[in-house]
Amino acid sequence: MEAVSRVELEIGETTHPRAAADADVVRMSGVSFRYRRQSERLTSLKEYAIRRLQGRVQVREVWALRDIDLSVRRGEVFGIIGRNGAGKSTLLRLVAGVLRPTSGRVVVHGWPVTPLLEIGAGFHHDLTGRENVYLNATLLGHSKHEVDARYESIVDFAELAEVMDEPLRTYSSGMTARLGFSVATAWEPNVLLVDEVLAVGDEAFRKKCEARIEEFRRRSATVLLVSHQSSQLLAISSRVAWVDEGRIRAIGDPQDVVTQYTEAADGR
Amino acid sequence: MLFQRVLRLDSLALGGDAGVYDSSRLPPAFLRELYELVRYRDLLIQLISRDVRTRYKRSVLGVAWTMLNPLLMMAVLTLVFSQLFRGDIRHYAVYLLSAQLIWTFFAQTTTQAMSNLAWGGALITKIYLPRSVFAVSQVGTGLVNLVLALVPLFLITLLTGASLTWAVLWLPVPMLLTACFALGVGLLLSTVAISFPDVIDMYQILLTAWYFLTPIIYPISALPESARWLMNLNPAYHFVEAFRAPVYAGTGPDPGGLLVAATAAVLALAAGWFVFASVADEIPARI
Repeated sequence: MEAVSRVELEIGETTHPRAAADADVVRMSGVSFRYRRQSERLTSLKEYAIRRLQGRVQVREVWALRDIDLSVRRGEVFGIIGRNGAGKSTLLRLVAGVLRPTSGRVVVHGWPVTPLLEIGAGFHHDLTGRENVYLNATLLGHSKHEVDARYESIVDFAELAEVMDEPLRTYSSGMTARLGFSVATAWEPNVLLVDEVLAVGDEAFRKKCEARIEEFRRRSATVLLVSHQSSQLLAISSRVAWVDEGRIRAIGDPQDVVTQYTEAADGR
Repeated sequence: MLFQRVLRLDSLALGGDAGVYDSSRLPPAFLRELYELVRYRDLLIQLISRDVRTRYKRSVLGVAWTMLNPLLMMAVLTLVFSQLFRGDIRHYAVYLLSAQLIWTFFAQTTTQAMSNLAWGGALITKIYLPRSVFAVSQVGTGLVNLVLALVPLFLITLLTGASLTWAVLWLPVPMLLTACFALGVGLLLSTVAISFPDVIDMYQILLTAWYFLTPIIYPISALPESARWLMNLNPAYHFVEAFRAPVYAGTGPDPGGLLVAATAAVLALAAGWFVFASVADEIPARI
């Protein structure tokens, strides 16, 4: 509810109301991304300087993505499938604004996106659950004021009301994951990025998480979902792209694309 | 009014329309980094409060630790060196402690800016954050600790019979200048340390040498006359002197020295900010 009213407010502020009305929520045109890697991973400046003087530093260029064109419409659940190292995660990071394309253009409406990529990565074990909620939510770009307003519902969803004043190191890994998921999804997202299957807590809580994502989708949030499990993608995606060696091999109907992908995988 | 202005900044930072990210229409890196830092100001406050809290939670002595640490250091050094410089320096404890505090602030802030960015490494490869937030929050934490450490400094000043004058109202000036300098240096070091963690160790060696090359535990008169002019090239000397004068001598900082300190602070901050912001988008790919 709050997210909706905020969007309206922003429309009022700008002179370009089309921004929110545009049907393509994510658009990538001709996007390539290049990593530069030393041939061996040098983590010591001393060693690097010596090799540099000897002329033995070789920089290898790795094109993680090449000429990606795709657009995702509002309300779609867009699946991305591919082998490990195919460039799936790089693609999500480009949409998240973590990486900038080496060439091409990435446009995202409904910024900032909500990443469900590294749940609880910003947690600090000496701080209490409550302090961690504030730290984690502000890491995701929310203001303290916004967290104040949502604090109760975050704790309720995570089912951790009794332990919020205990330090996080006393939590089980399941409890930590619940708190992380609860913070990350406390605000209704415009664009949700999900990397791999959500393995959060026990079966009952996982159901709750899936129900919440489904709820977002019904209210026309856009979801980008990366997975190498074809069954999950088939179940919820409206379209799927198959990424292989940094290029899109196929894009379209989930059943068609997943079939092509599994056939290719079996053929290897 | 101010809030509206911040909103405008936000939309600029996003490259035009609010709520739209366009990778080909981003503002210049050094401006965008600044806008985003303003947008994430609550994160900055959270990070500072995290550091301050964990520091005091982890140690049994709590707040007292911040006070005791420099005091113990001062006690040992005073025992040793007040004999050595007998007669040269009145109220040696105050002379030493004042310089020691501002130096520790600089050394710790710059070192922790590097390790804090490494801590954030797991995050910034996954979600967008203004990457400078890790260095800036360390300067904030350092300033909080420095302000707390002023209490024992003033106590020692009174206990040793030196007089505390209104000149201490000057202190925020050298403190802020040192903070700017430390931020600039911390940002520059961070750009290298994110690829090469051993830079943190090398920097510790450099810091030790720098500490002894700066008149912190000894008076500048201990240097041979012919070498004193060299101190003009050492920015740390000017920061230390500007912080020490209001407490120890009861006077405002020397205007000439303050000017050098201010110039060094502005240059370091500008260089650090431009370099860091221009490589900030490559940091997630380098981790």
